[in-house]
Amino acid sequence: MSEHVLSLLVEDKPGLLTRVAGLFARRGFNITSLAVGVSEIEGLSRITVVVDVDELPLEQVTKQLNKLINVIKVVELEPALSVRRDHLLIKVRADNATRSQVLEAVNLFRARVVDVSTDTLVVEVTGDGGKTEALLRVLEPFGIKEMAQSGVLAIGRGSKSITDRVFRN
Amino acid sequence: MPASAASADAPEILTGSGAILRTLEKLGVTDIFGIPGGSIIPFYDELMQQSAIRHILVRHEQGAGHAAEGYAAASGRVGVAIATSGPGATNLVTAIADAYMDSVPLLAITGQVFSTLMGTDAFQEADIVGITMPITKHSFLVKTPEEIPAAIASAYHIASTGRPGPVLVDITKDAQQNTAPFLWPPKIDLPGYRPVTKAHGKQIQAAAQLLAESKRPVLYVGGGVIRAGASAELAKFAADTGAPVVTTLMARGAFPDSDPQHLGMPGMHGTVPAALALQESDLIVALGARFDDRVTGKASQFAPNAKVVHVDIDPAEISKIRLADVPIVGDVREVLIDLDDVFAAVTGGAAPDLSDWWKRLNGLRAEFPLGFTEPSDGLLAPQQIIQRIGELTGPEAVYVAGVGQHQMWAAQFIDYERPNAWLNSGGAGTMGYSIPAAMGAKVAQPDRIVWSIDGDGCFQMTNQELATCTINDIPIKVAIINNSSLGMVKQWQTLFYDGRHSHTELHTGHGSQRVPDFVKLAEAYGALGIRVTKPEEIDPAIELALMTNDRPVVIDFVVSADAMVWPMVPQGVSNSYIQYAKDHSPAWSEE
Repeated sequence: MSEHVLSLLVEDKPGLLTRVAGLFARRGFNITSLAVGVSEIEGLSRITVVVDVDELPLEQVTKQLNKLINVIKVVELEPALSVRRDHLLIKVRADNATRSQVLEAVNLFRARVVDVSTDTLVVEVTGDGGKTEALLRVLEPFGIKEMAQSGVLAIGRGSKSITDRVFRN
Repeated sequence: MPASAASADAPEILTGSGAILRTLEKLGVTDIFGIPGGSIIPFYDELMQQSAIRHILVRHEQGAGHAAEGYAAASGRVGVAIATSGPGATNLVTAIADAYMDSVPLLAITGQVFSTLMGTDAFQEADIVGITMPITKHSFLVKTPEEIPAAIASAYHIASTGRPGPVLVDITKDAQQNTAPFLWPPKIDLPGYRPVTKAHGKQIQAAAQLLAESKRPVLYVGGGVIRAGASAELAKFAADTGAPVVTTLMARGAFPDSDPQHLGMPGMHGTVPAALALQESDLIVALGARFDDRVTGKASQFAPNAKVVHVDIDPAEISKIRLADVPIVGDVREVLIDLDDVFAAVTGGAAPDLSDWWKRLNGLRAEFPLGFTEPSDGLLAPQQIIQRIGELTGPEAVYVAGVGQHQMWAAQFIDYERPNAWLNSGGAGTMGYSIPAAMGAKVAQPDRIVWSIDGDGCFQMTNQELATCTINDIPIKVAIINNSSLGMVKQWQTLFYDGRHSHTELHTGHGSQRVPDFVKLAEAYGALGIRVTKPEEIDPAIELALMTNDRPVVIDFVVSADAMVWPMVPQGVSNSYIQYAKDHSPAWSEE
């Protein structure tokens, strides 16, 4: 199996997320990440979904998604031709003894501290999967109290947009 | 009061319920099936005050759903079923799932509790949109009267175009009661729904080329040909290519059984020639068929040497089970026209020589004709009864089966000469389909004789609709193939579970308590009830049924419980292991 990033342009209708998520569940497709938000067009949302399937089942995934009436466009974003980002918030232990080491790691990864208490820091980091995982590994020894992660967001490189392609014809 | 010029310009103000009815009327709907309840009373109140739409009051919502399916399958029109919220809506679920599996254009309209009560576990509240998401082509939840015309028109459009299927519109009680200006036509805004009907020329060319080169082609015809109304185009294409044709359970009648190019039905209970033609072919042209496991057997061993041209209006069916060498997305009717033209151009009008292939197939046909043996217990052979019903009634009738042994025999032993003459629950395998579906078919095609070929098990699931038939003058004819058991399950128990017949005896037939007594039950419903136990009674009973048109007829054919459906490919193995009769596999060329 291999991971594929799909970008879905969908109508912002009630139950839309259930339709998409339910389809993955009942057809036995494995989702590793899902992110939903508004798109640049009013009334349309973008779902970025990472699926863990082989090439042929992937074709089934996209075809089945396309059958959903509220799904307007499904595009697979190739790794080389797209930008992918994870967003991560980490509450890490940092007391007087360790705070400077934690801050050093944060700076090395160009992450940011967004909240401070006497014995913790909340660190915010954005990056591809590799970067966020590496930071987590570095922070782990200090003690991670809590973390929250967005799904993968992805967008194609270059000047073209998916919506151009949809609404040109 | 005469309408003034000013009021003619202003849109009419209707309640939501009035808008539902007006919309259905504008869409050309003339018959609907349903049953009222608390959350749909406003609709029924308006329904009473109009005459454009005939409403048939059923006895159970599942009956409404299957009746709408039968109506659609017999006529090609959209079937409409109405139910109230909660249990009314959930009773539609089986029929909706059935329509989804068999691509039946079905519009289900359900009442929902007041929008202000939704989400509070109100009385008779059920999230029917959520419940039916996996089994509908699409669904709408409507909370205001303004949305009604567009929602119903969109639902109707989605149900009836592309690959047909069920669409549900759930309408809150307040949306039915409140008023809004009725604007027609409404704006149908479905940017994500654009079914492709015209196929790529390049793929058509590739398919024609493969067909011209093929030595052992087979046209594998599925239910899509019937839904697309493509029988005439198929007939021409088959004649021009000279290729053998097989019709799946869903496609019986898409190609005339009397045509010498027809090898019959493939699959688990198909004919030996049809099953082996696919298995030995070098090119399968799949037309509106979906490589169902009941057709392919073990898919990895299905037609191992065949290339595949797969024509379907649903892109997701292509290469879902079997990788297509030439995928063609389009309306099979249009594709057949194009393919026929290009094939003629590629071959210069001279169809390829398939005489070796036909020699093989005709040999199989001669060696393994469909047939049956007389039961050893002296009771009636169910196959003979079904065959006689077909012979005495003829190809213009509609035959509607339940699910199980009788369904397979009805697919095998009745000759189908036209599309929409054979209705059954193929994909879902819904016991109880037959009686209400036959009722719906008779409403759609009142001038045709409609036979329900049912089993004693199936009949007991939905026979309450006989009341609907009697009261509404819908004179269907029911043949209960009464083997006193859940016959197909029993057959599997006999063959694969060492004869352990666990809970398949129903006590309705020969030598049993006869509970219920089907003749008395028929009479209780105002139908003519007839019992047949001897061979010489078969024809007179069928003839009496054919002459009786003032009420439904129920014939209790008491048959042998030992009869089995042959041929059979056991589940999960290659079609090459087809058994012509018990433990008797035909000799085929071993690879």
